[in-house]
Amino acid sequence: MNMKVIAAKGLFITLGFFLLLSLLAQYGCSEPRSKKAVYVLVDTSGTYSKQFDKVQTVLRYLLGSLQSGESLALARIDSESFNEKNIIARMTFDLRPSMANAQKRAFLESVEQFGENIQSSQYTDITGGILQALEYLNETRATEKHILIFSDLKEEIKKGQVRNFPISFDGTHVVALNVTKLKSDNIDPREYQTRLEQWRQRVEQGGGDWKMINDLNHLGQIVD
Amino acid sequence: MTFDFWANIIEDQAELSMLIWAGILVIVMYIARQPAHQVILVLARSLRNALRLMARSVMLAEKQLRSRNREVLLAQGQEHAERFIEREFQRVEILVNRDLSGYPSLQRDLKEQITRIDEDYVQSSEVPPKPPEWLKAVEAVADIPDNGSPVVAKILNDIHTTLKKALEIDLQEYRRANRERHGLLKKMMPYWRSLTNSLNSVERKITGLEQRSIIIDNQMQAYEDIRNHSDYAERMLSSSSLTQFFISGFALCLAIVGMYVNFQLVALPMEEMVGAGSYLGSSNIRASDISALFIISIEVILGLFLMEAIGVTQLFPVIHLLEDHRRKIIFWIMLSFLFIFAGIEASLAYMRDMLASDREALSQLLTGVEVAEPPLRWIPSLGQMIMGFVLPFVLTFVAIPLESFIHSFRTVSGLFIVWLLHILVVTIRFVANLVFGIGRLIMNVYDLVIFIPLKIESAFSNKNTEKEQDKISGVLTHQQETGEDK
Repeated sequence: MNMKVIAAKGLFITLGFFLLLSLLAQYGCSEPRSKKAVYVLVDTSGTYSKQFDKVQTVLRYLLGSLQSGESLALARIDSESFNEKNIIARMTFDLRPSMANAQKRAFLESVEQFGENIQSSQYTDITGGILQALEYLNETRATEKHILIFSDLKEEIKKGQVRNFPISFDGTHVVALNVTKLKSDNIDPREYQTRLEQWRQRVEQGGGDWKMINDLNHLGQIVD
Repeated sequence: MTFDFWANIIEDQAELSMLIWAGILVIVMYIARQPAHQVILVLARSLRNALRLMARSVMLAEKQLRSRNREVLLAQGQEHAERFIEREFQRVEILVNRDLSGYPSLQRDLKEQITRIDEDYVQSSEVPPKPPEWLKAVEAVADIPDNGSPVVAKILNDIHTTLKKALEIDLQEYRRANRERHGLLKKMMPYWRSLTNSLNSVERKITGLEQRSIIIDNQMQAYEDIRNHSDYAERMLSSSSLTQFFISGFALCLAIVGMYVNFQLVALPMEEMVGAGSYLGSSNIRASDISALFIISIEVILGLFLMEAIGVTQLFPVIHLLEDHRRKIIFWIMLSFLFIFAGIEASLAYMRDMLASDREALSQLLTGVEVAEPPLRWIPSLGQMIMGFVLPFVLTFVAIPLESFIHSFRTVSGLFIVWLLHILVVTIRFVANLVFGIGRLIMNVYDLVIFIPLKIESAFSNKNTEKEQDKISGVLTHQQETGEDK
C-alpha cells in the first residue's frame, strides 16, 4: 500500500475523531435526557423572614445535587410577587462542569447577600409568586418542574389584587417546606389544616402534584 | 351435550352410566385393537425414523465440522511451526554470523598460542650434560701406580681438586639450565589458560548451535507430524490452542481492567468537551463516556498497527506483506500518533484532577465545612498524568494476547460447537428411542384397558386350539389303527 494513502488514513482517523467530538458537542448530544428545574419561593413577610437559614440549607443541598443543564431560581414572596424583580437569582447550569461549578458559587453568593438584607413585606402574595415561578419553569423547557415554597401559606393580598382563579400547574411538583404554624393556628388548629388542604386542592386541580415536608432532615425527598 | 348428560343416561345412576360407557369404550377399543395398534406403531416408528434421520444429518454436520476444525487446526499449526522454524533458523544464522564469523581469527589465535607453547616446550626440554673430554685422561693418570712417589700423589691430589671444581661448575650450570626450563614452563601457563578459554568458548558456541539444532529437529518432527495429518499432532495442537485460549483470555481480561482505569482517567474531563448532561439520543449513554471510549479504542487500534508494523503480530496481512522500509514508516507514523494521544491523555488526566479538586472544593463550600488542602497534593496529580501517558503504550501490547485469542478462539469455538452437536445427536437419539418406547407403552396400556375381552378371546382361542389338536390327534390315532389292521 502506498505510504501516502496510509498517512492520509491516519490523518483521516484523527480528523474524524475531532469531528465526532465537535458533532457530539454541538448537535447529537446537546440536549440533556432528563432535565430538572427548581424554583424556590421564600416568604419574606412578618415572622417568616427569620427562617432564612433553613432556606439556605435547602439551597445548598439543591446546588450540590443539580447537574449541568438543570436550572435553579430563588425568588421572594412579598406584596407583589408576580414580578421579575422578585427573582433574586436564577441560573441554568452550563454543560461544562467547571463552568457549572463557578455558576453555583455565584448563586450561593447571591443567596448569602440576599440573606443579609431581607426586608419584611406587609402582604404575602403567594399566588403571584407561583405564577411567576410557573412562567420561569415553562421557559426552561425542563422535563421535571419543581416549585419549593417556604411559607406559612397564609396568603394576604393587597386590596384590588385578583388571585382567586384556577392555575394550570401542568405536572409541576409543588413542595411546601417548613410550613410554620401561626398564633391563630394554635387557637384553632383547623385553620392550619384548612389552609393546607385548600392549597393542596388548588395545586391538584390545576394538574400539579402537592407535597409537604416540614422535617428538613429528609432533603432527599424534596426533588426526588 | 354436556358431561352431565353423558354421565346420566340412566337417571340418578351416574356410576352405572359411567360403567356402561366404559364397557362400550372397551368393546369399541377391542374391535379397533388391530388398526389402533398399527396406527400407534406406525406413528412411533415414523417419529423414531425422522428423529434418527435428523440425528444422522446432525452427525454428518458434526463430522464435517470436525474435519474442517482439523484442517484449520493443522493449517494453523503448520503455519505456526513454519514461523517457529524460520525464527530458529534466523537465530542460528545470527549465531553463525556472530560467533563463527570470528572463527578464522580464533583459529589464528589458537595457532599462535600453540606455536608459542610448542616453542617454549622445545626450549624447556632437558639436554643431558656431556661427559667431560678429559675424563679418559684422568682415568689414565689415576691408573699410574704411585709407588710411594710424592710427585704422583701431588698430581693426583691436584687432579682431584680440579675435578671437584669442574663438577661444582657443571652442577651449577645444570641447576641454572633447570631453572631456565622451569621459567619457560611457567611462562607457558597463561598460554595454556588462554588456549583453554578459547577452546571453552568454542565449545560453548558449538553447544549453543547444537541446542538450537535439537530444537529445530524437534520442531521439524512436529512439522512432519502436522504435514502427515497425524492424530498425535492434532491432539497436541488442540491442547495447545486451549491453553492459548485461556492464557490469552486472562491477559485480555487484565487489559480490559487497564482500559477501564484508562477510561476513568478520561471520562470526567471529556465532560468539559462534550458536556456533562449530554446523552446519546434518547438513551442513557453519556456522550462523554462514548468520547472517552473512542479515544481508548483509537489508542488500541494504533497499538495494533504498531505491533503489526514491527512484525510482532500478523493480524493484518496487508501490513505484514509490505516491504521492511514501508513497515518502518508505518511504525514511526503510529508511534507519533500514539505519542500525541498519550500527551492528550496525560493532559486530560491532569484536567480530571483539577475538576475533581474543584468539585470537592464546591462540595465543601456547600456543606459549610472548611478542610485544609492536604500536603503533597501534587503527587496524585503527577501520578495520574504519568498513568495517562503510560497506559496508551501499555495498551499497545494488547495486540499480542488479542492475536492469540483470535487464533485460538477459532479452534475452541469449533471444538465447542462439535461438542454441542455431539450432545444434540445423543439427545435426538435418546428422544427417538423414547418415542418408540412410548409407542410400545401406549400399545400395552391399550391392551391393559381391554384386558377382559382379550382374556376371553385368549381362553376361546385356547379351547379351539385344544379341540383342533384333539381332532388332529384323533385322526392320527385312527389312521394308525387302520394301518395296523391292514
